[in-house]
Amino acid sequence: MSTAIKTVGVCGAAGTMGAGIAIVAARSGFNVVCYDTAEAPLAKTVKQTEGFFQKSVERGKMTEADRDAVLARFERTTDIVRLAACDLVIEAVFENLEVKRNLLAQLAAVCRPDTIFGSNTSTLSITEIASGCPHPERVVGMHFCLPAQLMKLVEMSPGILTSDAVFKAAWDWTLACGQIPVQTQDKPGFILNALLVPFNNDAIRAIEAGVADAKGIDTAIKVGLGYKMGPLELIDLIGLDTQVRLCEAFYPITLDPRAACPPLLRRMVAAGLLGRKSGRGFYTYDGNAMFGA
Amino acid sequence: MRYAIQKKGDSRSFPPGDIFLAGTVAADDADVALYLGLPPVADLRKKAVLVELTTECLAEHVDEADAASTNVLGFARYRNGEDAPSKLVELVRLPVTEAAAVDAAKAVFEAAGFTVVVCADQPGRILDRLLRPKYNAALRFLDEGLATAQDMDTTCKLGLGYPDGPIERVTRGGLRHHHDVTRALFETYGTAAYAPPRLAVAAAKRGAR
Ligand SMILES: NC(=O)c1ccc[n+]([C@@H]2O[C@H](COP(=O)([O-])OP(=O)(O)OC[C@H]3O[C@@H](n4cnc5c(N)ncnc54)[C@H](O)[C@@H]3O)[C@@H](O)[C@H]2O)c1
Repeated sequence: MSTAIKTVGVCGAAGTMGAGIAIVAARSGFNVVCYDTAEAPLAKTVKQTEGFFQKSVERGKMTEADRDAVLARFERTTDIVRLAACDLVIEAVFENLEVKRNLLAQLAAVCRPDTIFGSNTSTLSITEIASGCPHPERVVGMHFCLPAQLMKLVEMSPGILTSDAVFKAAWDWTLACGQIPVQTQDKPGFILNALLVPFNNDAIRAIEAGVADAKGIDTAIKVGLGYKMGPLELIDLIGLDTQVRLCEAFYPITLDPRAACPPLLRRMVAAGLLGRKSGRGFYTYDGNAMFGA
Repeated sequence: MRYAIQKKGDSRSFPPGDIFLAGTVAADDADVALYLGLPPVADLRKKAVLVELTTECLAEHVDEADAASTNVLGFARYRNGEDAPSKLVELVRLPVTEAAAVDAAKAVFEAAGFTVVVCADQPGRILDRLLRPKYNAALRFLDEGLATAQDMDTTCKLGLGYPDGPIERVTRGGLRHHHDVTRALFETYGTAAYAPPRLAVAAAKRGAR
């Protein structure tokens, strides 16, 4: 897939998603300007990125020369002005409307009039984010999945004012990166989270209702449908606190009762049961091993 | 654990030719009695009396407070509409069900290679309860133009590692079947999540699969 885009900026490049998106762009031959607000986390990301490509070399996926060429395509900066030459800037900063809107206003002042702005938001509206930009027609939703450097899917959403040409250019760029884009409307949760968040809540409610325990529910889903993970295992992985935040982002907008936070989830978070990261959620963990319900 | 099958018509769990059907012994020789498409007959001499369920609750067959029900359990082998049945058996227990009856029922199914999960006697058990609202949402999203069916399926396969997406799965299983299951749940739970979506209603009215 051909693309006119040559240089890509990533805002929030020291973050989980930003670092992954930068890897996707650089390994596909694009120059990447990695922008974040502080030096230290950016420096840490350099190490992680080098480690990622070193593993690729060790696994025979790339040569040392290729690795060096990819790493040479990265530039790191805490100065937003360095994004001026970018053809596409993808933001993966904090999930906060004001932060994103302010950033877009700054970017619009720094970048060329034809620069495309992609937002990796999971829960916010692309149209609302774009309203922080004097050129909302240049803003497009580009929702990568975690971990971005491994997952191929990108949910692409035009805001109400996004131009067709901008959407197509961003779409073609994701193809040029070897990603698999899908098109979705600018609605809460796009496709993935719109289906997943209520489904996960329903699984929690089934426990609350005494239908079965977490292990029974997960086993039913895995054996019955061939899923790799059951919903409760997945919530433990993404974090129970994250699931609460997702509910809080979607329910007030959709008023879908399935998106409302189940009381059991709130109680578990209050008790410090956050899932794998705290050692206990719907299951108890010792290191990475799962003990059972 | 020997089992005897009493059967009327075709069973969703064990369609004609299913090897499990061939394992039946004479009723008097059996430890466990299975009723497929027939109301169960209380028999406390058996270790368990099992009733195949579709969309109904076990309590529609037996009084859940009755001491004669302590060895009665419901079950359903999960099957996506017309797809081949899966290896999963949902085993439905009542508040009065004794642990020994659960163990006997599990032993029968596990010896035949099934994975058994135990659940309470609630409409939709585990899987229909969880899956039908998701398929309904996906079918409504399709009507609303959120994304194409293909993009929704691709998203679930690539983003979540599912072997198939919700639209392809519910369509393959049969929209009419989905309609019938979700309508039964809607009638019981009364919540919008179970209300049959337009595409399923249309399929049912058309008499499509
Ligand atoms: N983590 C996930 O699973 C996931 C998945 C898909 C999408 N997302 C979305 O990606 C975005 C980032 O999420 P994350 O989990 O990577 O967060 P994170 O907290 O790991 O990273 C955010 C980064 O943004 C930086 N930042 C904040 N404000 C900034 C600004 N004004 N300018 C430049 N940098 C700034 C922070 O310093 C930090 O390094 C969010 O919109 C989130 O919804 C997250």
